[in-house]
Amino acid sequence: MKQMTGAEMIVEALKDQGVDTIFGYPGGAVLPIYDALFHQNFVRHVLVRHEQGAAHAAEGYARSTGKVGVLLVTSGPGATNAVTGLTDALLDSIPLVCITGQVPTHLIGSDAFQECDTVGITRSCTKHNYLVKKIEDLPRILHEAFYVAANGRPGPVVIDIPKDVQFALGKYVNPRGLQHKTYQPKVKGDLDRIKEAVAMMAAAKKPVFYTGGGIINSGPAAAHLLRELVRLTGFPITSTLMGLGAYPAPDPQWLGMLGMHGSYEANNAMHDCDLMIAIGARFDDRITGRLDAFSPGSKKIHIDIDPSSINKNVKVDLPIVGDCAHVLEDMVRLWRTDALRADKAALDAWWAQIEQWRARKSFSYKKSASTIKPQYAVERLYELTKNRKTFITTEVGQHQMWAAQHFHFAEPNRWMTSGGLGTMGYGLPAAIGVQMAHPDALVIDIAGEASIQMCIQEMSTAMQYRLPVKIFILNNEYMGMVRQWQELLHGGRYSESYSHSLPDFVRLAEAYGAHGIRCSDPADLDRAIQEMIDSPKPVIFDCLVDKAENCLPMIPSGKAHNDMILPDTDEDIGSVIDDKGKMLV
Amino acid sequence: MNAPAPASPPSPYSSAMGKSAMESHTLSVLVDNEPGVLARVVGLFSARGYNIESLTVAEVAHGEHLSRITIVTTGTPEIIEQISHQLDRIVPIHRVTDLTLRGRSIQRELAMVKVRGKGENRVEAMRLAEAFRARVIDATTESFVFELTGRPDKIDDFVELMRPLGLVDVARTGVAAISRGPEAL
Ligand SMILES: Cc1ncc(C[n+]2csc(CCOP(=O)(O)OP(=O)(O)O)c2C)c(N)n1
Ligand SMILES: [Mg+2]
Repeated sequence: MKQMTGAEMIVEALKDQGVDTIFGYPGGAVLPIYDALFHQNFVRHVLVRHEQGAAHAAEGYARSTGKVGVLLVTSGPGATNAVTGLTDALLDSIPLVCITGQVPTHLIGSDAFQECDTVGITRSCTKHNYLVKKIEDLPRILHEAFYVAANGRPGPVVIDIPKDVQFALGKYVNPRGLQHKTYQPKVKGDLDRIKEAVAMMAAAKKPVFYTGGGIINSGPAAAHLLRELVRLTGFPITSTLMGLGAYPAPDPQWLGMLGMHGSYEANNAMHDCDLMIAIGARFDDRITGRLDAFSPGSKKIHIDIDPSSINKNVKVDLPIVGDCAHVLEDMVRLWRTDALRADKAALDAWWAQIEQWRARKSFSYKKSASTIKPQYAVERLYELTKNRKTFITTEVGQHQMWAAQHFHFAEPNRWMTSGGLGTMGYGLPAAIGVQMAHPDALVIDIAGEASIQMCIQEMSTAMQYRLPVKIFILNNEYMGMVRQWQELLHGGRYSESYSHSLPDFVRLAEAYGAHGIRCSDPADLDRAIQEMIDSPKPVIFDCLVDKAENCLPMIPSGKAHNDMILPDTDEDIGSVIDDKGKMLV
Repeated sequence: MNAPAPASPPSPYSSAMGKSAMESHTLSVLVDNEPGVLARVVGLFSARGYNIESLTVAEVAHGEHLSRITIVTTGTPEIIEQISHQLDRIVPIHRVTDLTLRGRSIQRELAMVKVRGKGENRVEAMRLAEAFRARVIDATTESFVFELTGRPDKIDDFVELMRPLGLVDVARTGVAAISRGPEAL
């Protein structure tokens, strides 16, 4: 077999792994890899403007396609700049492979130029990482990295490759027949437990499905089977922020998102249910609220591919370790073949109760004819785009929650947001990653005026690759979510949360060669949104919204699910959190 | 005088899970002996705030490059279960066995104990060493180094007895453990 250099092997492995797009930024320690890329046409390289952008773009690419996202960065600052994106991918279980250059092996440990301890720095923010010390190890490690990133609970994997290894000659091996020695996650659930689960479901009087990002990660089959099971049983369903789209939001069995800014009906159903069926969700603190008051009367079934997610925050009665799609398939089959039926009378009463909660209309807000309410802006954005193939990314803050509440997702993989880490700056690069994978789709980053400035440099990337991403800024001139918490916890002392010296976003768009739109009149909003959709270019839409609006409903920290602040209650939100709650984040 | 410790903030996790009593468990962890694997294990404990009471590691199968890490840790049963699962997630880890849960395990530790003294103390140290089946592995006219193996609490006892007799230094290996009976870990 023909000898190749390490750099050539990297490109060869990308091809063998079916990678057609990577995001990256060159530098001294990866020049041989860039040279190998130069000599081929299979792998397309997208030059970002900051390595954080490469990581988020790869996340957007991965989340919207179900494939592994790949980024390539240089040693030292290239690697450290990628750390935020790697951590983001770890917390949201996004499969990434990040190739970092490293100083040559003989210089490692000498504080060489642009040397940093990449494997040390990224050990705790990756699922796994490798430092490749010999060319003989390189092909195996490259393929292993893809396997580890994508299998089990997905996550980011770093491969740190010293420059001499990139130049060294060796024998390439393809991934066929490669088996991992130690990492073999369990995908089939225990059948006896699944039988027990469906029996519990048939006996339940007040059941609820609580689903999460695991369904999306498991793939379209999982979402499909979930829909089937939910319809077969007639049970209500809610989901975390990360799981939106797995179940179609327009459906009557859908209760809306749950958690800190979730719907009244979803949170109350969680609190009062007698059976909770958690699938691919991890009982995060944004979901549970006060733990000792979390769903006190329910039996809990927990389906997850990661055994460490089970009994971590909440003790469950029936754990099932396995991949969502596999377990759901067994559940649907058993429900059918055993001709199981839900307790119809009990379920009717449960639904009647839920409809009462739903009638409270917890996502409602005071309409205005003079200022654009941020919720109204998202509502109109949804109405004007719902019949297209639309992907939504977000930044982090109030606008993110309003997007989750008012944009109704009908399909999985259409919603990319930074849930676990809450990374401002995620949305624009993620949108770029999505648009690379779906050139004909409408890709919109619902943004805040503060967050968008954290990775605004990626406008230049969007222009270079003619990616017509739309940045829809809900500009409230505040770090709104911070301002809201200061109102809640700190007597309305808005310390450093005003967005001072904002750029003129329309002219900023024009400076990049993109299209800028500004709108402050609710009557003009539809027209302006249509202008954005119709533009063939990237667009920055500066939507001037109500500056004082709070994101409600809300479970204040330290409170239980049935203790929400609702809109229109004229409650003084500065007085609802006790001292213990103030300690929480 | 030390300032009084500030009241620790209420943990959002304290309420539901933290009610059970603390226990000490011995975990036996079989790993690929590759660079960084120990850092991963130790890093997991520090990042998640778990305790390490003792940790030993050595290669046990040279051909296959397998090492066994034996960790003694304390926590509530729920936390110990989390630790096992979190360890199991580390990619180069083959297997995690909670020897305490399996019951019937044997724990041994080796210690070297240096004692300095003359006269009656020296004689007494020697007598106690015999009772504990410690061996003398170095001696001068005014000192001994004893070598002792046994369960960690036996070593604790021996060290305590040596303290008034002129204890100078102690070096301990930490715990190695294995299950009783014919089955593998
Ligand atoms: C990188 C980063 N730094 C700080 C924060 C804390 N934070 C959360 S929301 C927020 C304000 C976001 O403001 P903006 O983007 O205008 O969104 P809005 O809440 O106004 O909709 C801040 C500072 C964060 N999430 N990420
Ligand atoms: Mg804002």
